[in-house]
Amino acid sequence: MIETIRSLGRWGLGTFERLGRGHLFLFRILAGIPEIVLRLSLLVHQLFSVGVLSVFLILISGLFVGMVLGLQGYNTLVDFGAEESLGVLVSLSLVRELGPVVSALLFAGRAGSALTAEIGLMKSTEQLSGMEMMAVDPIRRVIAPRFLAGLISMPLLAALFSAVGIFGGFLVGHGLLGVDDGAFWSQMQVKTDWYDDVLNGVIKSIVFGFVVTWIALFEGYDATPTSEGVGRATTRTVVHSAFAILGLDFVLTALMFGEE
Amino acid sequence: MMQSKSTEITVGMFVAAGIAALFVLAMKVSNLAEFNDESGYQVTAEFENIGGLKVRSPVTMAGVRVGRVADINLSPDTYNAVVTLNLYGNFDVIPTDTAASIYTAGLLGEQYIGLEAGAEEEFLQNGDVIDLTQPALVLEQVIGQFLFSKAEGDDE
Repeated sequence: MIETIRSLGRWGLGTFERLGRGHLFLFRILAGIPEIVLRLSLLVHQLFSVGVLSVFLILISGLFVGMVLGLQGYNTLVDFGAEESLGVLVSLSLVRELGPVVSALLFAGRAGSALTAEIGLMKSTEQLSGMEMMAVDPIRRVIAPRFLAGLISMPLLAALFSAVGIFGGFLVGHGLLGVDDGAFWSQMQVKTDWYDDVLNGVIKSIVFGFVVTWIALFEGYDATPTSEGVGRATTRTVVHSAFAILGLDFVLTALMFGEE
Repeated sequence: MMQSKSTEITVGMFVAAGIAALFVLAMKVSNLAEFNDESGYQVTAEFENIGGLKVRSPVTMAGVRVGRVADINLSPDTYNAVVTLNLYGNFDVIPTDTAASIYTAGLLGEQYIGLEAGAEEEFLQNGDVIDLTQPALVLEQVIGQFLFSKAEGDDE
């Protein structure tokens, strides 16, 4: 009995300790960010591996998500004779929700897992401790540029996702289903607000980029330095990122759009 | 060196494409383009009932959109709805005796304000009030009146 309670206590303490380590880690990253300005080439390389390599996945997924939205939305709207509203449906669902959320989930799977594996492997092959021995702070040299790259890439990827998705919805709506293109675009413009809809979506994607990159880097930095440990850390990155994205999305949606 | 150059070029293209996507969302998808029109002016109109009119609902004249609803309030004296209309600057020759009515787009569509031009020589200025208004048609009231008149007709 006592043993059970004790193990529960150990689990609780361990969780909080990890949470605390994660936050200290975040503060050290944030403190290291101003220095990146001096070494922009590091940031550019990370933008390439985190952002550019995810573009293809984001574009293809965005196109298909938009096309599916167009098809499904049309089937529902045509019953009410409101198929001209298809543009509104596609643009609002992409800009407010699907753009930030789906691209963040894809980003966690594509870039987040790669970041964890890379940092975890650096740790297990003792490259990070090697840097420390040479008086190079690995957080400033390795982690901070990756963090900033994730933070910058995510809103850009989400914007690409939404724009391509709306184009996909237009392709299906106008090309396949014959919705009038003038009504499609004009209704979209009437109902989609720059501040309320587009900017709130951008804020969402920045928050998701922050959280996903933080989780991915911390999991890698905190991984058990074995091949099994790195594997587990990579899995945890994807799982925890997905939880964080979907949970935060609910909170952000309630704050941004809850009062309408 | 070559490697890093091509990396920099692709990163530059990525950032440019992302910003271009945001630009498309701003100009093509959302209504940001309208906000640049700073020459717009505001007029108010008092309605008995605005039905389902909302802030940002369109204001049209002969079907052409000339503005948006900027604000909706309740007048504490008359208990009528006071609607502030934001009219675009390029439609600055709307007569002062213009009538404003609330219509519904389609049977179940959203509600909007339709303006019908008057014959006055003077034009609406910022802060003016539209006096001639017609409240929204509330479907329940119309059906109720119809049933009532029908019942009265049967009695005779």
